[in-house]
Amino acid sequence: METTIRINNLTKKFGKVFALDHVSLDIEPETFVTLLGPSGCGKTTLLRCVAGLEDPDGGEIYIGNKLVFSYDKGISLASSKRDLGLVFQNYALWPHMKVDKNITFALEIQKMPKAEMEKRVKESLKEVQMEGFEDRYPREMSGGQQQRIALARMLAYRPKVFLMDEPLSNLDARLRMDMRTELKRLHHLSGATTIYVTHDQVEALTMSTIIAIMKGGVVQQFDTPDRVYHFPASLFVADFIGNPKVNLLDGVVSGNNSVDLGNFKITVNTGNANGSVVVGIRPEDIAIFSEPLPGAVEFSAYSVLPSGADSTIIARLGEMELTVRVMGISKIQMDDRIWLKFNPETLNLYDKTSGNLIAPNN
Amino acid sequence: MQIPATSSQPFLLKLQASSRRFFHWLTKPHVVLALIMLGLMAIMVVNPLYQLVETTFTWQPVDTSRIPGAVEGEFTLFHWIRMSTGIFGRIYTYNPLMHSMTIAMGTVVFALMIGGSLAWLVVRTDMPGRKLVTSLAVLPYIMPSWTLAQAWLVLFKNRTVGGAPGMIESILGVSPPDWLSYGPVPIIICCALHYYTFFFLFVSAALMSIDSSLEEAGELMGADRWRILRKITLPLVLPALLSGFIMTFSKVMGTFGGPNILGSPVRYYVVATMIRGSLAAGDKADAFVLAIVLIMFSMVTISLNQRLTGTRRSYETIGGRGFVSNPSKLRNMKKVLFVVVISFQLMVLVVPLGLLIYDTFLLRTGDYSLSNLTLQNWIGQPNPLYNDGEPGVLLNPKIYKTAWNSIRLALYTSFFTAMLGVLLGYSIVKGRGTRLAKLVDQLAYIPYVIPGIAFGAVYIAMFAKKIGPLPSLYGTFALLVIVSVAKHLPYSSRSGVSAMMQVGHELEEAAQVSGASVWQRFKRVIFPLTMSGFISGFLLTFITTMRELSLIILLVTRDTQLLASLTMRYIEAGRDQMGNIVVLILIIITIIGNAIISRFSGGSLKKGLGM
Repeated sequence: METTIRINNLTKKFGKVFALDHVSLDIEPETFVTLLGPSGCGKTTLLRCVAGLEDPDGGEIYIGNKLVFSYDKGISLASSKRDLGLVFQNYALWPHMKVDKNITFALEIQKMPKAEMEKRVKESLKEVQMEGFEDRYPREMSGGQQQRIALARMLAYRPKVFLMDEPLSNLDARLRMDMRTELKRLHHLSGATTIYVTHDQVEALTMSTIIAIMKGGVVQQFDTPDRVYHFPASLFVADFIGNPKVNLLDGVVSGNNSVDLGNFKITVNTGNANGSVVVGIRPEDIAIFSEPLPGAVEFSAYSVLPSGADSTIIARLGEMELTVRVMGISKIQMDDRIWLKFNPETLNLYDKTSGNLIAPNN
Repeated sequence: MQIPATSSQPFLLKLQASSRRFFHWLTKPHVVLALIMLGLMAIMVVNPLYQLVETTFTWQPVDTSRIPGAVEGEFTLFHWIRMSTGIFGRIYTYNPLMHSMTIAMGTVVFALMIGGSLAWLVVRTDMPGRKLVTSLAVLPYIMPSWTLAQAWLVLFKNRTVGGAPGMIESILGVSPPDWLSYGPVPIIICCALHYYTFFFLFVSAALMSIDSSLEEAGELMGADRWRILRKITLPLVLPALLSGFIMTFSKVMGTFGGPNILGSPVRYYVVATMIRGSLAAGDKADAFVLAIVLIMFSMVTISLNQRLTGTRRSYETIGGRGFVSNPSKLRNMKKVLFVVVISFQLMVLVVPLGLLIYDTFLLRTGDYSLSNLTLQNWIGQPNPLYNDGEPGVLLNPKIYKTAWNSIRLALYTSFFTAMLGVLLGYSIVKGRGTRLAKLVDQLAYIPYVIPGIAFGAVYIAMFAKKIGPLPSLYGTFALLVIVSVAKHLPYSSRSGVSAMMQVGHELEEAAQVSGASVWQRFKRVIFPLTMSGFISGFLLTFITTMRELSLIILLVTRDTQLLASLTMRYIEAGRDQMGNIVVLILIIITIIGNAIISRFSGGSLKKGLGM
């Protein structure tokens, strides 16, 4: 299925607040796009506009070659004519219909022959590993099972575009992990262009081919998970993505490829920047040593937080505090003297006032 | 001036685009429905109200012959001035108003005491037989509100107003004093024994939602039971008490049946009976002034209620559900209280009904000797000596026709009300936050503040003449249906909204995305999911319509007679036995209807009341 989704200058206001502020996205066929952002950033509104459940106040939406919405031309196709499927956060299974009726609802509307419908029910239940649940009512199933049925309901009528609105947020941690695997697999097999809304960065990073990070109705960065993580386009993105959080250090450009952080200077590609800047350092990009080393800066270990697979160390130097992440259980004790070394290749430099990435280090 | 073709092009395109956008908005189901509902309400509520007010400010045809200088249809303050000043004002406005308020106040206090303590006993104590008490407590509500007044008359009627004496006077030979036979005292007692159900339902719902750990916390700190009741329980149920208070107060302010039976014979008029009197005397504008006064009163009390029970003081969600509830121990008082409560309930239920039934077997009114017992009133052949020559009710085609009218009216009204409820609920919930939905919501609420008798007056004002293509509807059955549906609008929109709220909007959106058209969405998702709300709305409306009197008393004619209004006619004509038979028939039909519908639906009266 070769379906692109093109969104041009899409705007949606609730009262005087811009829920979407001239959003433009070009989504390639077979992409798994995640809309990621804090609550109120407009991600769900964007999804609902694509689905035809909200009327935008400006802009255009194309699905494939079809213009489904245009404010200037006064076009707004009904959801039912947009050839898409939507999975809701709370599943939205019709409580008065059994599983098979839930699944055949859309098929009956298409007037599909009975035999074909039964085949589709079987197939889609198999795809979500829920064979034999045809006769259950939604309330007779667990949350995870209901979510699978909601997915099967969408798969059964084979829409060209999958839309998912935080489908895993009501599940417990373990089920969520399982469902991520399944969803990614489903997308891999079907190849349907998918828009997926979430506020969970891990979900976004693990599942998407492209992430759109949103804030205040504006797309902050539209990029691959890899680039979003390693080269956040703004301080907001840098701060939003990553756990533990990125270290953001205020400094002043003090010469060619050197930034003065107050206590010490750090080598970083400064490009044409000068004046006040912010240096972003991911916790895992800091090397930690228990004895002095040329080029390393002495800190003290304020707190050590091991968590099995890795350990987080809070390092302090005067007022400055850094989060460092190392693999395994660290042998460093609290209040130990430690030496930190930074790799210029992994540092990102941001303009202090605009918050934008200045000089990508590659 | 010539506009170049190139510049007119974008303008035309823009116009086309915005008209398309407008059309798109207009064809959204909730917008279409909201607009239809607005149109309906404009005809059913807004316009009649306007006509009502307008009538009081214009010279009426009757005035032209009596008042010099009156020109029919011209503006005047005459009616307002007359009704508010001098002896005329006192007799026609202030006295009835005082009487209405006296009765409403007295009723509320009594009903609160009875209903509140019953609710506390049922919900909060270990008294035995609580289920029985609950079901008995709802029963008086099924009977028409004036049933007790009729029974009262059977027992306490005296010769003051002429005619036959009541049971007490006939048997004991002592004439009961006037204050006991007629006027405020019996009216208050009869109303209170009817309306205590409201308090019972309100307060028990509120009590049920209180986590008893709140009370236990008080107990641990050393408060005694009385103090806990006063300082913890009472403040928590206060919003419910106030709501019950206001609802009962404004209902009794506009009540017609009881005061008509027990007040009018001794010229103890309340606003409702005075409105009817003025209308009967042809003083339409004066009657409407009173109706407006009644409406304003009701508006004030209800807005007062909303202010008092506003968000700041709403505890309803406190404790949530699934909490512990430990009943208070009554110990040795347990059985005594049970006996007291049950005998009280039986007394106000069985005794009045027994009296009414007994009375129907009397050949001559007021003669309680055994030789006077007869079946004439039930199955007698026409006999010019009795009953004005009418046959017994079971052989009387007039009664059958009237009963059928009542049933038909109740069925139509229930159906349209429940239907409108779903549609109103949909347009209000779907359009939440838009001005259109808010307007629909507010307009649907208006009939709530208009007492039944005033609503009837409003409808006379409007439908006595023809409006546009609509013929004059006065005297038609359709008018009764319209007025009953209109009066029920607030209840239908409330129950519709709560039914729709339970249907998450995603459920419809899921169908929308799946390709379902508006009609398919309604048929397959919305109607099935709101069915139980639909049915409980239906049930409640059926019962209230069957025994509605104030609303329709001004609008029925000979051909559209209903059981409720026929009862009044018989009593006013001094034919008490016939009146009592008719009200018994009315009660029986209501109970059967209730039983049938609740069997089909599992819906219950309590559910329909929104509890």
